[in-house]
Amino acid sequence: MALPLEHVRWVAHLARLDLTPAELEAMARDLGAIIEYVNQLQALHTDGVEPLAHALDLQNVFRADELAPSLTVDAALANAPARRGDFYAVPAVLD
Amino acid sequence: MSPYRTIIGLEVHVQLLTRTKLFCGCSTKFGLPPNSATCPVCAGLPGALPVMNRMAFELALKAAMALNCQIASLTKWDRKNYFYPDLPKNYQISQYDLPFSKAGWLQIECPGGAKKIGIIRAHLEEDAGKMLHDEQGGGRDSLVDLNRTGVPLLEIVSQPDLRAPEEAKAYLEEMRLLLREIEVSDCEMQEGSLRCDANVNIHIPISPSPVASSFSREPTASADRIQPHGTPSALAAGSRLNVESTGAEGETFAATPIVEIKNLNSFRGVERALKYEAERQFQEYQQKLGSVWNVDPRSARNFAGSTVIPVQEKRNGSLVMVAKATAGWNEKRGVTEIQRRKEEAADYRYFPEPDLVPILIDSLMLEKARAGLGELPAAQRNRLQTEYGLSPYDASVLSSQGRAVVAYFEQTAGLSGDPKETSNWISNEVLQTLNDRKQQIREFAIPPASLAGLIQEVKSSGLNKQRAREVFAEMANSDATVKAALAKLGYQVVSDESQLREIVRRAVAANPKAVADFKKGKVKAADAIKGAVMRETKGMANTELVQRLLAEELDAV
Repeated sequence: MALPLEHVRWVAHLARLDLTPAELEAMARDLGAIIEYVNQLQALHTDGVEPLAHALDLQNVFRADELAPSLTVDAALANAPARRGDFYAVPAVLD
Repeated sequence: MSPYRTIIGLEVHVQLLTRTKLFCGCSTKFGLPPNSATCPVCAGLPGALPVMNRMAFELALKAAMALNCQIASLTKWDRKNYFYPDLPKNYQISQYDLPFSKAGWLQIECPGGAKKIGIIRAHLEEDAGKMLHDEQGGGRDSLVDLNRTGVPLLEIVSQPDLRAPEEAKAYLEEMRLLLREIEVSDCEMQEGSLRCDANVNIHIPISPSPVASSFSREPTASADRIQPHGTPSALAAGSRLNVESTGAEGETFAATPIVEIKNLNSFRGVERALKYEAERQFQEYQQKLGSVWNVDPRSARNFAGSTVIPVQEKRNGSLVMVAKATAGWNEKRGVTEIQRRKEEAADYRYFPEPDLVPILIDSLMLEKARAGLGELPAAQRNRLQTEYGLSPYDASVLSSQGRAVVAYFEQTAGLSGDPKETSNWISNEVLQTLNDRKQQIREFAIPPASLAGLIQEVKSSGLNKQRAREVFAEMANSDATVKAALAKLGYQVVSDESQLREIVRRAVAANPKAVADFKKGKVKAADAIKGAVMRETKGMANTELVQRLLAEELDAV
């Protein structure tokens, strides 16, 4: 079942995606199908089963509080779309 | 008496005292050149993976225990998704549904006594980068410095238990003292290692009034009918309808919408902003009630034992809650500036962070954290009172200076045998001297034994306070002992009874008016005579001896 269009529009907005009406329709259909597929899991009885916090059966992975070399400023800014001085330059954004 | 009560909750972020960031080995040092402490993890480059800093987690655990929080046995990390250039990976790693701690409290000292302020939760998260905007509004690009990205922060959210701007300030001061004492954070507001957002609204009592009785038999009275004019009686109607449901206190309040104040740069700023904002809300409430805002008893709820009705706004024929607003504090103008109403709940689409595995907190970790706490300020204040007989005020002055000063006090008091005098000397002369010289107590020239010596000298020789202060200054300047300082200043307390009695007699004879006043019951008049004795002896007369001799001589007149 296709997702309601306003849901798709909202999620697209949150992901900063600008979708055409046709894309919205297609996305609503595809997302609906995906959700339906995943929804099969609802058939499982999970009473008394601990929620899973992580897919790996692994806990308490730490590193020591020790300095490691950082990138040079030039290396750090090498991929910046725009640079001013030693800063990334981005279009003025209002909070 | 304020016509309303102020309800405040604080959200504090403190930077943990680690060398490196939360998920990578970049430095957390303040003031490094822009973008010089970043790596692929900070910049959110594809394929970069975070690894948890053990020290950051241990410090966070220590703080939560010091805040009396319940510690979870399992905790995990979540992504908080939002787009803003201060976090290039487009999400912040934070904690959502399984924070490592919750439900604690912090004890603060208020004028009315100690008060426990509830802590809703404390969780770990990473800081975002720093943005520099074109302040002239010329539309120039904003600049981003990612040094701060990934710095470990502990977010501590209080219950709305604070009832006055002064209490908010006391809470922050206590929080700072506590976190510094257990070496979790240096809490330097100027460097951003302590930040505070304040949530505030006010509750205005709406008292029952006879005018309201016309509505009293209409349990389904519509909101339209109880807010026709915005007059006090309209208010009263709201409360009248709600009388049955009020608690033991029997009071009903109208509640203004919550405002979250940001950009708070100092504790004093927090206090001023809250004072201003509470009063602003009261004015807004008085202006809008009846015209824009309504108080509908049907939306009454319980708040700490009393009934509270949030104001609502009439829109398209129905009443809606007024959304929470964000405000900035303008330090220069001394005003809060409302920036926006949050019409829709922020949608951060939290989900579990797949790049970090959960943490199981076992008893070993808890023991280690507990062992590192030491005596906390609230317990310390208590002990200074019971063990040394200090007043709550004196105890809190010493305690607020940190453990090193308290240790100095305890050593000195032990040696001098007079805790009260020791506390006076430290709270006044010692702290003043440290302050003047920008020194720490461990750098202070007078060791506890010497200060104790001075206190005993004052007691045994009757050296007066002014002269004693001069001796203290000499000791602080030249590392001298009491004896050496007295000798250097040429001070020798006059304790020869016959010599002093002669001087006292002369002073009595020379001040007939003071003697007459004293005889009429003006006890204070004797001070003038005592002053004359002190002048004569250049302040070196044994104070206690003079006191006794003077009493005897006055009796004899």
